[in-house]
Amino acid sequence: MPHSITLTVNGRAHEVHLDDPRVTLLDLLRERLALAGTKKGCDRGQCGACTVLVNGRRANSCLMLAATLDGCEITTIEGLSEGGDLHPVQTAFIENDAFQCGYCTPGQIMSAVGLIAEGRAGDDPERIREGMSGNLCRCAAYHGITLAVQEATRRMAKDEMEDAA
Amino acid sequence: MKSFDLIRPATVQEAIAAWEPGASWLGGGTNLVDLMKTGALEPGKLIDLGRLAVLRDVETLPDGSMRIGALVSNADLADNPEILRRYPMVSEALLSGASGQLRNMATVAGNLMQRTRCAYFQDPYAACNRRAPGTGCDAREGENANLAVLGWSDACIATNPSDFCVPLSALDAVVEVAGPSGEREIAIGDFHLLPGDTPERETALQPGELIVALRLPAASSGFAANARYLKVRERTSFAFAIASCAAALRMEGGRIAEARFALGALAAKPWRVSEAEALLAGQAPDAALFERAANAALAGATASGDNAWKIELGRRTAARALAMAAAGTPQRMPALPASVFAAQAGEPAHV
Amino acid sequence: MSDTLARPMRFGSNSGQPLTRRDGIAKVTGAATFAGDNSPEGLLHAVFVPATIARGHVTYLDVESAERHPGVTCVLTPQNRPPLQGDPSAKPTMFSFRIEVLQDDTVRYAGQPIALVVGETLEAATEGARLLSPRYEVEPVRTSLDDNEAFGFEPAGFGLPAGAEHGDVEAGHAASAKSVDVTYETAAQYHNAMETHAVVASWDGDRLTLDMPSQALMMSCAGYANFFGIPPENVTLSSPYLGGGFGSKAFVTGPQVLAILAARMAGRPVKLMLTRQQMFGPVGHRGATRQRLRLGIDENAELTVIDHEGLAETSTFDDFVEPAANASQGLYAARALRSTHRAVRLDIGTPGPMRAPGEASGSAALECAIDELAELAGIDPLECRLRNYAETEPGTGRPYSSKALRECYSQGAARFGWADRPLEPRQVRDENGLLTGWGMGTAFFPAPMFAAEATATLRPDGTALVETSAADMGQGAWTALAQIAADSLGLPMDKLEFRAGHSSLPDGGIAGGSGHTATAGGALHAAGTDVVQQLGQIAAADPASPLHGAGNGRFVARESRIYLEGDDTRSEAFADIMARTGSAEITGSGSASRPPEDAERHAMSSHGAVFAEVKVDPELGQMRVTRLVGAFAAGRIINPRLAESQLMGGMIWGISFALHEEAKFDHRSGRIVNADFAGYHVPVNADVQGLEVITVHEDDPFVNALGIKGVGEIGVTGTVGAIGNAIRHATGRRIRRFPIRVEDLLAG
Repeated sequence: MPHSITLTVNGRAHEVHLDDPRVTLLDLLRERLALAGTKKGCDRGQCGACTVLVNGRRANSCLMLAATLDGCEITTIEGLSEGGDLHPVQTAFIENDAFQCGYCTPGQIMSAVGLIAEGRAGDDPERIREGMSGNLCRCAAYHGITLAVQEATRRMAKDEMEDAA
Repeated sequence: MKSFDLIRPATVQEAIAAWEPGASWLGGGTNLVDLMKTGALEPGKLIDLGRLAVLRDVETLPDGSMRIGALVSNADLADNPEILRRYPMVSEALLSGASGQLRNMATVAGNLMQRTRCAYFQDPYAACNRRAPGTGCDAREGENANLAVLGWSDACIATNPSDFCVPLSALDAVVEVAGPSGEREIAIGDFHLLPGDTPERETALQPGELIVALRLPAASSGFAANARYLKVRERTSFAFAIASCAAALRMEGGRIAEARFALGALAAKPWRVSEAEALLAGQAPDAALFERAANAALAGATASGDNAWKIELGRRTAARALAMAAAGTPQRMPALPASVFAAQAGEPAHV
Repeated sequence: MSDTLARPMRFGSNSGQPLTRRDGIAKVTGAATFAGDNSPEGLLHAVFVPATIARGHVTYLDVESAERHPGVTCVLTPQNRPPLQGDPSAKPTMFSFRIEVLQDDTVRYAGQPIALVVGETLEAATEGARLLSPRYEVEPVRTSLDDNEAFGFEPAGFGLPAGAEHGDVEAGHAASAKSVDVTYETAAQYHNAMETHAVVASWDGDRLTLDMPSQALMMSCAGYANFFGIPPENVTLSSPYLGGGFGSKAFVTGPQVLAILAARMAGRPVKLMLTRQQMFGPVGHRGATRQRLRLGIDENAELTVIDHEGLAETSTFDDFVEPAANASQGLYAARALRSTHRAVRLDIGTPGPMRAPGEASGSAALECAIDELAELAGIDPLECRLRNYAETEPGTGRPYSSKALRECYSQGAARFGWADRPLEPRQVRDENGLLTGWGMGTAFFPAPMFAAEATATLRPDGTALVETSAADMGQGAWTALAQIAADSLGLPMDKLEFRAGHSSLPDGGIAGGSGHTATAGGALHAAGTDVVQQLGQIAAADPASPLHGAGNGRFVARESRIYLEGDDTRSEAFADIMARTGSAEITGSGSASRPPEDAERHAMSSHGAVFAEVKVDPELGQMRVTRLVGAFAAGRIINPRLAESQLMGGMIWGISFALHEEAKFDHRSGRIVNADFAGYHVPVNADVQGLEVITVHEDDPFVNALGIKGVGEIGVTGTVGAIGNAIRHATGRRIRRFPIRVEDLLAG
């Protein structure tokens, strides 16, 4: 039973014709839309490597059936930096050495962007640790990840205040 | 993953009409899609409820109860100001579960329908009466250290993994369902079933029935000042409970006027303990009292395998949760919800 | 976008600077391409079928149903699998493991590949694999250390381990005033790099192109070439990034061979990515151990004997025995030392090296046992270790090439505040009523060097190209090795083009054993030095150069100039020499080496001291590491930022070992019941706080020309024991089984 859906991915509309309802958002991105920046770590919602934003909120793309996402807006790691300028979270990840192998990194960054938007953690390291616990890092760059999210949160808040002023 | 038909109805009526044996409702998909990937579940048809915006409302009804749409996400519900104010341990339980990503996806109804984490249920190559009736139970002689110590049967020793359902049980939530023969309500205590000889029957839902909403009674908000959820787990976050307790006290003049508590991860359903609650009524809160209540709560607990230790853990978890509730609901959600590692000091909320 | 963030650059040496990762922007933007991210035209997807029994035979596969599934193009089983040139049961090289590539219907462990399904889409191949619904003839399985007879394991190449014995062990036992006789157990652990093993294979005639994460590119090329009867140079392997390796991506694996075979059969590229569950079987693991330690001390708490017996699992068909007991060699100045190993054959995938093989498991037990002795002696655990400080290598008496362990102890202890530690356990509660305990452990890891080659090419425009097939699995090779290369050429980083991670480049050796920076870095240093000497000779022969006539001297380079060594007044810029003499590119080459006489005369190891604070809710069995301070002396640190990250990562692996990781077997089916990230716990972010790393300065003139030891694995050692000891200190309970579980604290 084919499904035709419209997805906006990183600001670009895609008409997707799905011949198979089993295709997850993750596999759609990686195998059919040539957006392999989003990673598969467990394919079961247990590691967070596949995190993307769906309508602005972080989600595990491995557990979403693509055919159910008609009309959704998806942001992946490829869509985060506008015009070559790094997002503050990306910059903070580099500055704080918040990754080693880099495989979980797109998911970590998208999760951090989602967490900051939720406003749940602020710059409290314990709340950041809790809020980022859905993203496993086997290299265990957690110390840097927490610092990076803290720093990016502050920087974004400051930028926002300056923009408002 | 086995192939399936996917339909996306636009109304509840359409959804119900679309149901047929072998069909599954698809909400957030965090549990169902996962189990379809392992092969533990093989629905022939998925009825995606994603277009039913009507199931995403949270409202306060004229009688003061709160009605929560079946598709409200765990994250939205946990952050709902009215829930936080009136039923804070519901938020704490939700926020202690899964991850930020999963809570954004997972729904209220999906959480109620969450399947056991028993490894033998998840593994399609293992014998499991719950997944495949009549095949036996590999857990009985297998890796069962985390399985049930209450309410289990020879057929099944699985536990219900939900955090959310534990405070719901303590707070007398009501499940609203709609089905081919109309609408009805199911008390949360009747919603999940103990395994008995038919562990495949997990809930009171009849074939084709769909959860449309959850109601929290107005009276249950009377516990908000002294309500906590405590979750014992194997890592600090992103882990299922091995024992948990939702405890709520209504205090009057330094005494417990009324107590509610329920245990999680010890049985195939949230374990509400009315007799133990009764022990608390009218008493001044102290450790010895909470211990007595906890002992009463675990009365009848027996090991179903290599898990006798969970009986004692359940007692201690209950006693501690009661003590935490007595200390007062914190003003702000702890950084580590439901964790013993959250700072216990700080001003209680005056709600 | 440039490849690093703009930051002020100090003059002088690149090495020693905390540069951010050169691949950082690629990694934070999703531009870093891992093997499975490749999707060449015409791609097919392969999925292997894992055995669901652990011992027996496959009697039936429903090939027809699988083939009928829409999109399935091919089902590979022992019945139709074309022959391979290489024998999967042979061990042609020291690093070869026996593999399962559908050579017969025998099942030797759960998770073994028993068929491969190829499809037009991943969804089709996945379902095709499920539809095979295998049936078996099942034999009784053995998956616990008690399930089979232990035997004395004869050392067999990379199957390891030899034991060692120094001094009179029986006399050591007899001379002890106090002793412990304790048995520790460690669980089976699986590497579980975030990137599962993956391959994208395509054939062009008898030429094979592989996108595949590899810790040892050249060895992989030779290994896979062997199975397909082609020369290694016909294999092009690209591994620019590895999503973690930890020892599991250095070897040929069965599933990857099958995918390559499928690509040849199909005449189309094939992609295979293991599922997370499939990582628990055919790609190695850290074998479970049971270790008995009998330690004795005299009245001064000086060790009279360390007698360490290891028992470890291996598979029924190949050898890898965790050399846990060897961790007791080389660390404490015991009068007598004995390490012995026995093995048990089980129906499991063959274990293999996993981050700090031997040392991690062995140190976990040893460091706890040392603490038990300290407690017997009534002295502080640090004091106990200092009393047994080895000034020379125990047993052999060889001097250390360098050893700043004493400084690690003192700096780590000072940072941690160790002096305030109450001697008795169960003395401290925090403001929330949680028991608080402090423990420590000594960290230790050898500093090996392997073989590697590199080339460097200086161009007339003042830039240089350096090349080696080094692998970056997160340790930071792209950055640290480039820093070394830039220094060797006397160039700033922005004049350097660094190529690695591809088999067309000179053999960069193995990223393993914590020796990659020393080894590949050594080769790069030699190659750069070669270029500098060549250019120096050109200048020396040129009457117009200030260096004219200096041909008997040695040359050094810095800031794009050549200097006569020892005479800063004589120098000339690269560009000037090259322009005047009309030099085209100058290419040099080099290989890594450690003078054999230095290697023989010295013991070479990294050392460290780890201090842990844990908080424990003893009633509920809840444990959390709240502070972890590690001080490490690991020779010269090329990039402190990256080295600290690696050391922290290792320490968190220590948390994981101590409190989380454990593959749980159903001993009836032989299947691992928690073969996923929900059940097989590794630490999450909330499990990590209060982490501090101190790198202690160490000048090592012997270990290699660069003075580099290595930081990849040592962080795991010491940490496990420190946490076990901290839990003892917090609770008064000594748990002799890792990971320490909730129920262990509840009992009694």
